[in-house]
Amino acid sequence: MAAPLVLRNVRKSFTMHLRGGIEIPVVDGVDFQAEAGTCTVLGGPSGIGKSSILKMIYGNYGVDGGQILINHAGTTMDLASAEPRTVLDIRRRTLGYVSQFLRTVPRVSALDIVAEPLVRTGTPAKAARGNASALLNRLNLPQELWDLPPATFSGGEQQRVNIARGFITSHPVLLLDEPTASLDARNRKVVVAMIREKKANGVALVGIFHDADVRDAIADTVIDVSSFTARKAA
Amino acid sequence: MTTTDQPLLSVAGVTKYYGDRMGCADVSFDLWPGEVLAVVGESGSGKTTLLNCISSRLRPTRGSVHYAMRDGQSRSLFEMGEAERRFLMRTDWGFVHQNPADGLRMTVSAGANVGERLMAVGDRHYGRIRGTAIDWLGRVEIAADRIDDQPRAFSGGMRQRLQIARNLVTAPRLVFMDEPTGGLDVSVQARLLDLVRGLVSDLDLSIIVVTHDLAVARLLSHRMMVMKDGHVIETGLTDRVLDDPREPYTQLLVSSILQV
Amino acid sequence: MNPHASGFAAYNFAYLDEQTKRMIRRAILKAIAIPGYQVPFASREMPMPYGWGTGGVQVTAAILGADDTLKVIDQGSDDTTNSVSIRKFFEKTAGVATTTRTADASIIQTRHRIPEEPLKSGQVLVYQVPIPEPLRFLEPRETETRKMHALEEYGLMHVKLYEDIAKNGRIATTYAYPVKIEGRYVMDPSPTPKFDNPKMNDSPALQLFGAGREKRIYAVPPHTEVVSLDFEDHPFEINRFEDTCALCGAEGVYLDEVILDDKGNRMFCCSDTDHCEQRREAGHSGARAGQGLEASQ
Repeated sequence: MAAPLVLRNVRKSFTMHLRGGIEIPVVDGVDFQAEAGTCTVLGGPSGIGKSSILKMIYGNYGVDGGQILINHAGTTMDLASAEPRTVLDIRRRTLGYVSQFLRTVPRVSALDIVAEPLVRTGTPAKAARGNASALLNRLNLPQELWDLPPATFSGGEQQRVNIARGFITSHPVLLLDEPTASLDARNRKVVVAMIREKKANGVALVGIFHDADVRDAIADTVIDVSSFTARKAA
Repeated sequence: MTTTDQPLLSVAGVTKYYGDRMGCADVSFDLWPGEVLAVVGESGSGKTTLLNCISSRLRPTRGSVHYAMRDGQSRSLFEMGEAERRFLMRTDWGFVHQNPADGLRMTVSAGANVGERLMAVGDRHYGRIRGTAIDWLGRVEIAADRIDDQPRAFSGGMRQRLQIARNLVTAPRLVFMDEPTGGLDVSVQARLLDLVRGLVSDLDLSIIVVTHDLAVARLLSHRMMVMKDGHVIETGLTDRVLDDPREPYTQLLVSSILQV
Repeated sequence: MNPHASGFAAYNFAYLDEQTKRMIRRAILKAIAIPGYQVPFASREMPMPYGWGTGGVQVTAAILGADDTLKVIDQGSDDTTNSVSIRKFFEKTAGVATTTRTADASIIQTRHRIPEEPLKSGQVLVYQVPIPEPLRFLEPRETETRKMHALEEYGLMHVKLYEDIAKNGRIATTYAYPVKIEGRYVMDPSPTPKFDNPKMNDSPALQLFGAGREKRIYAVPPHTEVVSLDFEDHPFEINRFEDTCALCGAEGVYLDEVILDDKGNRMFCCSDTDHCEQRREAGHSGARAGQGLEASQ
């Protein structure tokens, strides 16, 4: 397998048991691959299932059918059927994710939240904090905030912490769910530059970007997700 | 969490009947080193029965539990002698009760509570025991000058932190927790959870935590098992079970969380 | 049958019936076979209240023979109510010889002291025990303490000593100081002062312990290792008295403090009255010798 991430005929629906068991199809026949050193953008109107695809890749949503193959530590793994601890190991070492919203942890400082993915893979805490500081600095997060837990930060500040946390590792696959949505123009530029560096380092990125400027600046392939929703109920 | 080839704890077909009444039925799972597993469900779902069976506090009607000892040998809990099992429980295992009074000696000092396990494994140097106790009180954020106070004089949150220190002093590899944040205020809960999170990653602990609080499960655990009427009805990555619940009951549980 | 029947409703020899004595002897034999282990026995109602030595009396009754010589002491004294009553009890029900001389006694029943004069081979020391379970202080469940004895889980005993040091800067337990027997069972030596603990170790005499209310008998056979528990950095120490006996001048013995008046005057004298008398007969004397207790009043 050449591509680090391949989706084959992936299908997803929700069964709402609390509403009489109605089935809500989300996507069907999702088929694409993300190449190393490129950015694959999921396009299409909102509500079409773009975020759901990212969540399935990350293992956050279950998969009803198909395969999500990822190159992990030299072998090909199917995320759609992997054991939980395999998924956790893939997340730790291969697969990064910048979600739309930061899930804050009480009492943990912004700096430590950013440094955590490195610490978890064995980087000494001091070095990890150093890297985290550099990233937060680059993202123009005021230094006064670094030692505070981000629960009280503004949306844009939280988002920058989230981005720094996702970008701090050198995972070969990185998922981005609207990372620039709540950022100002200056910080959007920083994120675009950071994405370009990831591409230059051979990372395969898959992302959702509503901002056309950003999308045009970084997209190598745009995938129309509405083509995967053919069997959507009337 | 490290990837190893041997599970720390292997539970197979554990079933417990109280007379005709079923406590839990046919529960099987593996727990891996460094993994935190949350067992969730409402009162009466069998989660505490399960916890007591796999921690050898209760003998299951059927099924087996194997534990990987420090020398790497896998041993069947219920084929061990009682002396060996009790030794395991006070060295390589911990048990954190919902009510700290069940896990602490309320009439002896905090220092003695922490030091008891050390004395139980033969430490006979008062100064050293006390030094270790002070170190552990610090790690659970209890001031060193409270070392000679009895837990009766502590708040609920402090008692629970003391109970954790008392359990961790012998560097156990596996800790069982039964509703560890049960009786605590929300802010005290947050502090405790954060503390446990930190200890898990610093000490590479494996934890099985029983809770009805999904927020606790989300914050602490890697993996989740949902129980209903004595059966495990859904299991998987914690964020997967919470964000994409499959079973009707799990969906009900998740949708019942109060959002703030 | 009964040599002591004298017209009145007769007592069996030493009050207890033969079946009961056999039952108690079986418990004693088991206790001797497992030094320090608490053997349950079917404690009988005795004609005295619990706390007055019903356990010790039953043990004594079970081992007493017609040719024995009995000594009874209470806190070292031969002449307090408790010791006088028990001595009279056996004089009446067994007709045995009694003595106050340690050296002359074959059986010594004691409440909370070991005589100063070293015991000899062939002597039996019978202790009256109020609470036989050393672990009860921290673990009230009997089922649990029995299990702890069975599995040699004695960490809790050190928790008690730890608390002592934490509170007082040293091990402040002065009586009922826990001991380990032959490296196996932890035992409560009854509320004897820890001053007497070293006398229990390697004693040539047989030591029997009876707890009537709690229905337990335990034993330390002759020449058994008895070690007082401690910490490496807080080793076991016995209390030393700065004074000497005011009556006989003895040093290195256990002294009782006697308040002489309400002006703060007091004196220390031997707790072991027999030992004190013997010394005085041999010509030793202390600071207040000859004045008696009344002299100061």
